[in-house]
Amino acid sequence: MKAAPEAPDDCLARNEWICGKYLSTRSEILTDAVIQHLELTAISVLIGLVLAVPLAVAARRWHWASGPLLGLTTVLYTIPSLAMFSLLLPVYGLSAALVVAGLVLYSLTLLVRNILAGLRAVPEETRQAARGMGYGPIRLLLTVELPLAVPAAMAGLRIATVSAVSLVTVGAIVGYGGLGNLIYAGMNTYFKAQVLTASVLCVVIAIAADLLLLGVQRLLTPWQKGARG
Amino acid sequence: MNTLSDAWDWLTDPANWSGGDGVWHRLTEHLVLTVVCLVISCLIALPIALVLGHLGKGGALAVNISNVGRAVPTFAVLVLLLLTPIGKWGQGPTVVALVLFAVPPLLTNAYVGMREVDRSIVQAARGMGMTGRQMLWRVELPLALPMILNGVRIAAVQLVATATIAALAGGGGLGRIITAGFNLASTAQVVAGAVLVAAFALIVEGLFELAERLAPGWARGRTA
Repeated sequence: MKAAPEAPDDCLARNEWICGKYLSTRSEILTDAVIQHLELTAISVLIGLVLAVPLAVAARRWHWASGPLLGLTTVLYTIPSLAMFSLLLPVYGLSAALVVAGLVLYSLTLLVRNILAGLRAVPEETRQAARGMGYGPIRLLLTVELPLAVPAAMAGLRIATVSAVSLVTVGAIVGYGGLGNLIYAGMNTYFKAQVLTASVLCVVIAIAADLLLLGVQRLLTPWQKGARG
Repeated sequence: MNTLSDAWDWLTDPANWSGGDGVWHRLTEHLVLTVVCLVISCLIALPIALVLGHLGKGGALAVNISNVGRAVPTFAVLVLLLLTPIGKWGQGPTVVALVLFAVPPLLTNAYVGMREVDRSIVQAARGMGMTGRQMLWRVELPLALPMILNGVRIAAVQLVATATIAALAGGGGLGRIITAGFNLASTAQVVAGAVLVAAFALIVEGLFELAERLAPGWARGRTA
């Protein structure tokens, strides 16, 4: 990296918090970090979702399974992120898979709880009406219970995604932290513009992801807005 | 697993427990940081939440502040504070960051708890001629107590986690064992530190769980 030798009096040289020159000279690094951040978040939350749905359905079906499952999710959620990543170190080594595995465990926890709450909130009358119309257990699950659990599941998905965006930064400890890498490097070199820019981008990504999922939720559950028309 | 036995060896070596970088010192740091910051956060958040809840004002702020807190990365806040003048004052950034992240759950839970008190009970209290202050202390606060304590529990667990991450930004506490392990490329020490942190967090959560199980007896007795 060039240290701007002929222009010593710009905002980079003065180490200011807000620096337009930082954005223009390091746009490539920033873009790479944002892409890594998005990839880590998206992959983790998607794997978490794929695992959470069958677990929640199983816990709904077999009551004896729900107690231990919810207890386990509480334990997992209580373990601090830095410790979680560290515990996975012997299994995954210094890799992106370590960060993804840690984030999957957190997302899974939030998603299982919310999907299970959503499934439990389906009124018994609705279930019986569907059975009376000749619905088998699988058709009942797929076309009645799961759609009705979507609002609760989406609420969980939004919390899981926003949390994951924030937790990715801790992945900097193994070198796979997306924007967290820039914050970590900026801390060691006292590079104010880099730390502030990366931090703000993290929050922007979290808010954008939340709004995106809110839009998806509106599309998936048109009946919730139907009362208006 | 070889790493697990190495981690066990690390944990059972008395040399790793004594001294400035030893487990006892880091454990004390972690405990003091958590307790002190929990007290500070409660002193800041609870009076505000109780008054807002009693008056029924500022609800949007009290509820949304938790969502905002979740979107802001702890690590980013710690590093930002470290680079400000606060960073020159030892544990300053850690304490400020810990309080910042403990206040939202306290505020939200206490406010919601106060607002969820049955309005007819509040009206009955008013009908009996209670003043606003009496209603707050004798009616609303006791009834909101379970929610308030739930907020304290969430805040405490959050504090333990945040204090761990503080080690990444040079703060003290058990997280330092993990970051030192990474610097030494010692997987055994990283895992040993992580086990200590996880155990500490689970014990804190477990204590609150226990307190909650023991509490309803007297809580109900007083409010019935």
